Amino acid sequence: MNQESTTAINLSGHVRNAPKKRTVWKRYLDNKYFFIMLAPVILYFIIFHYIPIYGVIIAFENFKIIKGITGSPWVGLDNFRDMFSGLYFIPVLKNTFIINFYKLLFGFPAPILLAVLLNEIRKPLFKKSVQTITYLPYFLSWIALSGIIIEFLSPSRGPVNVLLNMLGFKPIFFIASVDWFRSILVSTEIWKTVGFNAIIYLAAIAGINPELYEAADVDGISKLKKIWYITLPSISPVIVIMLILTSGQIINDDFDQIYNLLNAKVSSVGEVISTYTYTEGIQKMNYSYAAAVGLFKNVVALVVVLTANFIAKRFSNETIF
Amino acid sequence: MPTYKTHKSDMIFTIFVYAVLTLLAVVTLLPFLQIVTLSMSPAEIVNSYGFHFIPTSFDFSGYRQVFKNDLIWTAYGNTILRTVLAVTLTLILTFLGAYPLSKKFLPHRTFWTGFVVLTMFFSGGMIPSYILIKELGLMNSIWSLILPGAVSTFLLLIVRNFIHEIPEALEESAKMDGANDIYILWRIILPLSLPVLATVALYTGVYHWNAWFDSMLYIQDEKKQVLQLVLRHIVLDGDLAASRTETGQTNVNTESMKLATLIVSILPILCVYPFLQKYFVKGTLIGSIKG
Repeated sequence: MNQESTTAINLSGHVRNAPKKRTVWKRYLDNKYFFIMLAPVILYFIIFHYIPIYGVIIAFENFKIIKGITGSPWVGLDNFRDMFSGLYFIPVLKNTFIINFYKLLFGFPAPILLAVLLNEIRKPLFKKSVQTITYLPYFLSWIALSGIIIEFLSPSRGPVNVLLNMLGFKPIFFIASVDWFRSILVSTEIWKTVGFNAIIYLAAIAGINPELYEAADVDGISKLKKIWYITLPSISPVIVIMLILTSGQIINDDFDQIYNLLNAKVSSVGEVISTYTYTEGIQKMNYSYAAAVGLFKNVVALVVVLTANFIAKRFSNETIF
Repeated sequence: MPTYKTHKSDMIFTIFVYAVLTLLAVVTLLPFLQIVTLSMSPAEIVNSYGFHFIPTSFDFSGYRQVFKNDLIWTAYGNTILRTVLAVTLTLILTFLGAYPLSKKFLPHRTFWTGFVVLTMFFSGGMIPSYILIKELGLMNSIWSLILPGAVSTFLLLIVRNFIHEIPEALEESAKMDGANDIYILWRIILPLSLPVLATVALYTGVYHWNAWFDSMLYIQDEKKQVLQLVLRHIVLDGDLAASRTETGQTNVNTESMKLATLIVSILPILCVYPFLQKYFVKGTLIGSIKG
């Protein structure tokens, strides 16, 4: 039944579209309870998400808090020009991409590998214990974790350096070393997330038809070959989707982790867009400039994520929705 | 029963797998062991050279300092309060919002869903959000920590998808008995949705327990800070919170006090998380692979 009636023209030539309006209004009225339920949520999104989106106008102004958004002078793209011609932004952008790239390169296969290995375990107690232990770091904040990491890698007290010393090497101040800092970021990120991220792959592996393995058994295939020829190909749709979606995060750095581990000595390799936005915007109160940086990042992230979703959809007829 | 040929490489591989996983578990635990040990060791051991995985002598003065430190306990209370309020609010809003969105006949459903989903892809950023909180007069208020994150689109979609799976027949028969939409929601949908709501509660709870940055941005009053932020001050900035309770105390124990603070702040999560496994697994699955 077509509830949206087309506009009708009455005798004097005026367009009459009252029936359309009333019908829509009536539809809302019929479902009034649903909209009453939905209203607070919509209100929340308007206030805390859409109004700040409007607030990116700050990026195009020379914003002064006293004058407010409407009172501050318009400067167009000046802030963006400053960004790209300034000394600091490009290195920060470079750091962001490099760090995220390495995180993707090493961090993406890790949970897959873990899931595959865990799947080979026959003793449920061992399996459950390893799982529970490996996703312990996921539930802790980066504040707690960075405290632990700094202690662990301490040049004077940390076991890593004690071990190095025993092997005849000099102690390395990992956290403050430009050579090591990015590796620390990548490896600690893996340490935190590998256990939890493996869950998805474990679930996918659990869904593989056991008959495939039984058939392989009849042929007398070794375990390694079974993994290579059965397990991995069977979960490859999940892998590909996850890969595409994770790549969509290429510009989204982890402020939490980096801010807590960053120190003055390594800012040349560790300063990323989000920490830069914070330093410039909140600490130095360069609101407009920082808003421009933030806007740039969000726009790039949007484009990349939409592209990634589009590719994922084309590949498997599935998106996250 | 047919016996299958076993490969010699299989045995090596199995040993390899067990070895690697054991190593992984050990490596994950080692840093924690060190922290625990150092937090309860006397100063000479803390500063001494060598491995510190098992405590050799005990000194709980670090913990004593923590227990006497009012700031830590105030912050603990703030965190608990914030988490409880936020989880309650999030549960209510997310559930209320997900139910209508799960109804196919909702007018302009695509629009409303899109309205919500768009926020996942684009946000104003740190600066406009900061200015918004200022303008709303929420600075220094616990609501600046609770309201901005009240509804997560990700969790909203998970709940929506879950409710979508509930058979319509249940609702229709209730309707025939004369129930209105709110009654249906309260008496039928809600009890059935407890598993997914548990997932929402857990994700939200962990998030708020560990949150610190919003407190750093928006809360100036030290007594209203959350635990993780106070922890950060003590551990990373070497704050002299320790000297607040005992003047003239030597700072030799500061290191073990720092670590004792750390342990105390993560203890609740440590105790609780092993039991939450199945809720996170379920939630992650529904959210990521679309059920």
